[in-house]
Amino acid sequence: MSTPVTVEQVADAMFRMISDAAGVRKLKPTDVTKAVIEQFGADRCSKETCKEAIRQLVDSGRCIYTYFGGSYIELPQREIAE
Amino acid sequence: MSDKKPTPKLDELETGPWPSFVREMKRAAETSPMAEGLLGVVELSYEDRVGHWKHGGVVGVRGYGAGVIGRYSDVPEQFPDVAQFHTMRVNHPAGWFYKTDALRKICDIWERHGSGLTNLHGATGDVILLGTKTEELEPAFEELTENGFDLGGSGSVIRTPSCCVGPARCEWACFDTLALTYDLTRHFQDEIHRPSLPYKFKIKASGCPNDCVAAIARADLSVIGTWRDAIEVDEAALADYVRAGVDVRRDVCDLCPSRCLTWDDKTLTIDNAACARCMHCINVLPKALRPGRERGACLLIGGKAPIVSGAMLSSVLVPFMKIEPPYTELKELIGKILELWADEGKNRERVGEFIQRVGLGSFLEAIGLEPRPEMVKHPRENPYVFYEEYFEEEPK
Repeated sequence: MSTPVTVEQVADAMFRMISDAAGVRKLKPTDVTKAVIEQFGADRCSKETCKEAIRQLVDSGRCIYTYFGGSYIELPQREIAE
Repeated sequence: MSDKKPTPKLDELETGPWPSFVREMKRAAETSPMAEGLLGVVELSYEDRVGHWKHGGVVGVRGYGAGVIGRYSDVPEQFPDVAQFHTMRVNHPAGWFYKTDALRKICDIWERHGSGLTNLHGATGDVILLGTKTEELEPAFEELTENGFDLGGSGSVIRTPSCCVGPARCEWACFDTLALTYDLTRHFQDEIHRPSLPYKFKIKASGCPNDCVAAIARADLSVIGTWRDAIEVDEAALADYVRAGVDVRRDVCDLCPSRCLTWDDKTLTIDNAACARCMHCINVLPKALRPGRERGACLLIGGKAPIVSGAMLSSVLVPFMKIEPPYTELKELIGKILELWADEGKNRERVGEFIQRVGLGSFLEAIGLEPRPEMVKHPRENPYVFYEEYFEEEPK
């Protein structure tokens, strides 16, 4: 049986994706969830782990939620709409 | 305030005997620079005939992705007090019941941290607190939570569930809308505060088919009270109506949409199998007719106000479900719908639009529900559930 990835590993992978996409494409929480599950494999990474990872990213301040017609997850910026 | 700007166009809206939002904004402006600035921006919008707000941006307080809607003025140099004018949504109590001291607390908090202007209630139902600056979001949230309030939903989340007053004030309630709404709000906390869906998802509960919260038109998932046995008839009360001059044939039977009622000047006969549960007869003869005793709710899916592709009324999803604590069947069904839609839905695609795109048959199969005749809106005209066994192979 394959070893499950930790919440921290998933959070780091998500953070890399979000950093790489910054200024190029806005990613929704569902986008990063699907991407990391594809990256690690569904047998190693569950949706629950992804949910926890997003929670960790946002609660720690590494990422924030933004809203532009839909909800996205991005790197923290000051007053994005200004 | 010292630098009051003239507002001739808004002043016009104050004339007349009716209540005026301008009057309230001016009253708030006596102590709030933000309300004063708002008057200036709104006046400018009337002059320019365009809105002067930019929508979106950084949202939420720490940990939340919902509950705050960012608003920024596009003329901040003219109105610096409203350069930021964010809105906070506060989760309403089920049925919108408040003690007066609760309302005072909310108002006091908002006078300290915002413009002092509120909007009771928004389309979703939350208390809308209008206008604050970014640096006031956390302090306002802190005070709200200290006083027992939480933020509601905004963005791509389950929006704050709402309901009619139900059994608290209405004899027709077929289930406890208040208890269900409270329970669903607690159960789906994460999905209300942390965006994880393609777009908004609204749940509204109406206690009976009168649908006083208009769930059928405004909710992605409508829970509308109904019954599955026979309408109860009180013959003596019916006779009283007739003696009082009610024309049962004209006012009740002829207006029944499914024509399931007949009146022979003495007896009211109801074909309950044909009854559409519309409540018309019960509304006209409330003392004589009552919903049946086996009560629950009809679940409908896909309603929405027009944004991306026009308004849609909900369609029947489950004709009858018992709605009793701990609501396991309903919660499991909502969970399946959300999971499927989150996986397969497109960005900003409401669940009703998603069902139209993939087809009701595929949707039902994915969430594990059997097709039912009640799901077909127009029999033999536009059936969108197909049964494979009815298709014959083309001759070779």
